Amino acid sequence: MSLRDYVTLRVGGQLFGVDAARVHDVFHPRGLTPVPLSRSEIAGVLNLRGRIVTAVCARRRLGLPPREEGAPEPLAIGLEVHGDSYGLVIDSVDEVLKLDDEKFHAPPGNLPPRWAEIIVGVYQLEKELLIVLDPHTLLDAAHLKAA
Amino acid sequence: MGYVVDDLISEFLTETAESLEVVDSELVKFEANPTERKTLDNIFRLVHTVKGTCGFLGLSRLEAVAHAGETLLGRFRDGKLEVTPIAVTLVLHSIDRIKVILAGLEQTGNEPDGDDHDLISQLEAMAEGQAVDLSAVQTVEVPDRPINGEIEPAEINIPSLGVGDIDPATGRALRPGEVSEAELEAAFAAAEGPEGADALQPGDIDPATGRTLRPGEVSEADLEAAFAAAEAPDWMTDATPEPVSEVAPPAPEPVKAAAPKAPAPPESAPSLGGEEAQGIATTQSIRVSVDVLEGLMTLVSEMVLTRNQLLQISRNREDSAFATPLQRLSTLTGELQDSVMKTRMQPIGAAWKKLPRLVRDLSYELGKKIDLVMDGEGTELDRQVLELIRDPLTHMVRNSADHGLEGTEERVQLGKPANGTIKLSAFHEGGYIVIRIADNGRGLNTARIREKIIEKGLASRVEVDALSEQQVHRYIFAAGFSTAAKVTNLSGRGVGMDVVRTNIEQIGGQIDLTSVAGQGTTFTIKIPLTLAIVSALIVGAGAQKFAVPQTAVMELVRTGANAEHRIEKINDALVLRLRNKLLPLVQLGPTLQLEAAKDEDATFVMVIQVGERRYGLVVNDVLDTEEIVVKPLATILRDVDVFSGATILGDGSVVLILDPNAMSERAGNMLEEKAAEETEETAAETGSEKVAMLLFKAGNGAPKAVELEHITRLEHVESSQIEIMEGRAALQYRGKLMPILTVNSDFSGLLSAQSEEHHIQPLLVFTGEGYAMGLAVDEIVDVIEDHMTIELSADRPGVRGTAIVAGRACEILDVDYYHLRGLAEHQRHPATTNEKAVA
Repeated sequence: MSLRDYVTLRVGGQLFGVDAARVHDVFHPRGLTPVPLSRSEIAGVLNLRGRIVTAVCARRRLGLPPREEGAPEPLAIGLEVHGDSYGLVIDSVDEVLKLDDEKFHAPPGNLPPRWAEIIVGVYQLEKELLIVLDPHTLLDAAHLKAA
Repeated sequence: MGYVVDDLISEFLTETAESLEVVDSELVKFEANPTERKTLDNIFRLVHTVKGTCGFLGLSRLEAVAHAGETLLGRFRDGKLEVTPIAVTLVLHSIDRIKVILAGLEQTGNEPDGDDHDLISQLEAMAEGQAVDLSAVQTVEVPDRPINGEIEPAEINIPSLGVGDIDPATGRALRPGEVSEAELEAAFAAAEGPEGADALQPGDIDPATGRTLRPGEVSEADLEAAFAAAEAPDWMTDATPEPVSEVAPPAPEPVKAAAPKAPAPPESAPSLGGEEAQGIATTQSIRVSVDVLEGLMTLVSEMVLTRNQLLQISRNREDSAFATPLQRLSTLTGELQDSVMKTRMQPIGAAWKKLPRLVRDLSYELGKKIDLVMDGEGTELDRQVLELIRDPLTHMVRNSADHGLEGTEERVQLGKPANGTIKLSAFHEGGYIVIRIADNGRGLNTARIREKIIEKGLASRVEVDALSEQQVHRYIFAAGFSTAAKVTNLSGRGVGMDVVRTNIEQIGGQIDLTSVAGQGTTFTIKIPLTLAIVSALIVGAGAQKFAVPQTAVMELVRTGANAEHRIEKINDALVLRLRNKLLPLVQLGPTLQLEAAKDEDATFVMVIQVGERRYGLVVNDVLDTEEIVVKPLATILRDVDVFSGATILGDGSVVLILDPNAMSERAGNMLEEKAAEETEETAAETGSEKVAMLLFKAGNGAPKAVELEHITRLEHVESSQIEIMEGRAALQYRGKLMPILTVNSDFSGLLSAQSEEHHIQPLLVFTGEGYAMGLAVDEIVDVIEDHMTIELSADRPGVRGTAIVAGRACEILDVDYYHLRGLAEHQRHPATTNEKAVA
């Protein structure tokens, strides 16, 4: 039995997990500079302690409806893909879970394509399903274009 | 001549040294685990590469050793031979032998003399599965550090123990890496010598560690030794003669077929005289990995940003006690930044290295004799920029060789020197590096280009006829333009100059050319020294700020209700009247689909020049200028081509950096259509704007006219001051010799004028980059402002055509032609001292 740490987070009510080793930090995406003419998923660029971070909206990326009015301030998790710094903008961060590899399942076959390629698998938690995201395909330009 | 060989060899040495480092460590790994297939494959490949390269460079001794080594490795690989420690030792011996030969090669430029039969026969015996006598192999001590490094390598020659000698203590040859007691003692003895650093013989045993450094190992002491050596450069010439006698007699007992003069340090050591002084200078540099430099650069960039932030904060506080130390910090940061930038600088020669070889191949392939002359190889620029211009440069040299230069026979018939010359030169100018590629070939065929422009539909006949010769020439940079009648193996595919131009413009550079039929073509490239830190204007559009690289901005024009300039509309297209020209405008906000800020805001037009194109970028506000550190955009944003990067401003906000080039493309067809008539060149003024013109008389025929803006000065000198000799004339002007030209290349008028006492000669002085020339005229008639419409095109050089000026038909001077002639005069007697001609 081998355990793995996951940062769990919520986007549009759904519980997601990202391999904790991939998450550099969690921050409030403030001071965003919009990037004109960019894809709709791009929330903008921001200065995170002297680094330029590209913020990507998870809701848009997953094809979910935009955030409601008056919702609490969103958070972002810092990820690194191909040497670039990204912030994935999400609704909230839950806890870090240690999960057993044995409870890990491949994603079901009936997912919409937009989801299928960015999901590594699913954990069956007691209350709900935890969907494990692959930051790489999530933020990869090539995959984004295909989406 | 030596230049090429040296560079090829030194490149080879670097590569080989690196390969051998790997082989060494891999072999050790392999010995520990002989079943590891991957390791063996790796070794085999590396040795094979070394062998191949040696053969290519005609290094027969090296090749023979590498070949024997490779054969043995091949047997291992095929599983036909068991891997024994003896076998591995043997391979290591051959690697060491290679290294020693390389060391000699580096010092003298030639393979040292010597016989490797002892080693090769044993390698072959081993490969055949016969018994091997390891002791038959003359062992050599290997220089203790990477062969190439900037630190001059040195022979291992402890005075008491010659290279490749037999350790008297053990009575057998030492294995590489092995340290004998005697050696240790010798080392200490040497190190404890009275002279301290001076006693440190080159490549000696490292006194700090008391053992020889293994190949690939770099110790602090090694560095120290290098520095010590640099401080006392005498040691090279001191290189003791003792080793000669030490080595010359073949080693005693166990060695049977010892090489008579194994790695021949006596050969190399004494040769370390005069010329090698240069080598000593290089001992003061060390090799640092690019990653470390990049890391350093990033850190400094961050520091600059933080400094900017601090300065901004401090600016808003009057009472700040931080002001003074902050100022100091700011200065230091600036200096640090400069220093780090310097570490990124590389001589442009690095990008030229492969050109001599290329030219030689081309010369052979095309059957033309070509000389390549390089000047200013030492001119430095950022290595990132260097990488980016390497290919365009190669392409242009290839073009010059293929299209520019005539065949040898043709040249001889034309009375030109049989050898065509391609001259590369580089120098700094402001924050730019200027690179020239000049050939003395046939020049561009203007008539053919005109036809081609029409044929390709790039412009109509009427438009083409109105273009000056230079403007016609510039069409070779247009997309899909190629004049080569036949597509050769080398060029003529019609993508060349277009791609070159695009590449150069992408890094904020400019390219231009001048060509004189029968005399040659010169391409001039101007590129910024670095891309990492640029000065930028911070502008506002919509509610956002953007940075525009200052290099692209020619001027700022304020427009709006109360301003002198007003934006006007033609259909939907915006234009600005600027000094009687119409400037097409691009609105930043709408182009970026930004929500408009308040309309009728104070508006600025930034006049932006990108290569041939000039346009105005309409912004709401110009806020600041700032030195910005360019950071690339994340991959996910690369499809947004209007931004070339992003940066963090002093206030901590992120702004996007506009790419003026992509911006103009985004702005669409409007620009393309206008481009032809809006180029800044003179002939574009065929419209009805008034132009200030100078009327003068010179030579026979019609009065002549030239646009006043082309003339730097009018001078009146005494004719006797002009020196005329051998069909050339010159004047000492402002401390320099300025060539004097006449409109008909005939100096008889000048000569006869000289006989007249106190005859005053009027001169029109034209200046260009680093040169000036004077055009002698008979009489200056008038300066007038008039419409200029060229009505008759000219049939001879130096005249653009005939136009009616002030009611009289005047010949309009082709300034470019005289610039070129002036330039050619200057180039006839260049400073030959710092040029190196290579075949």
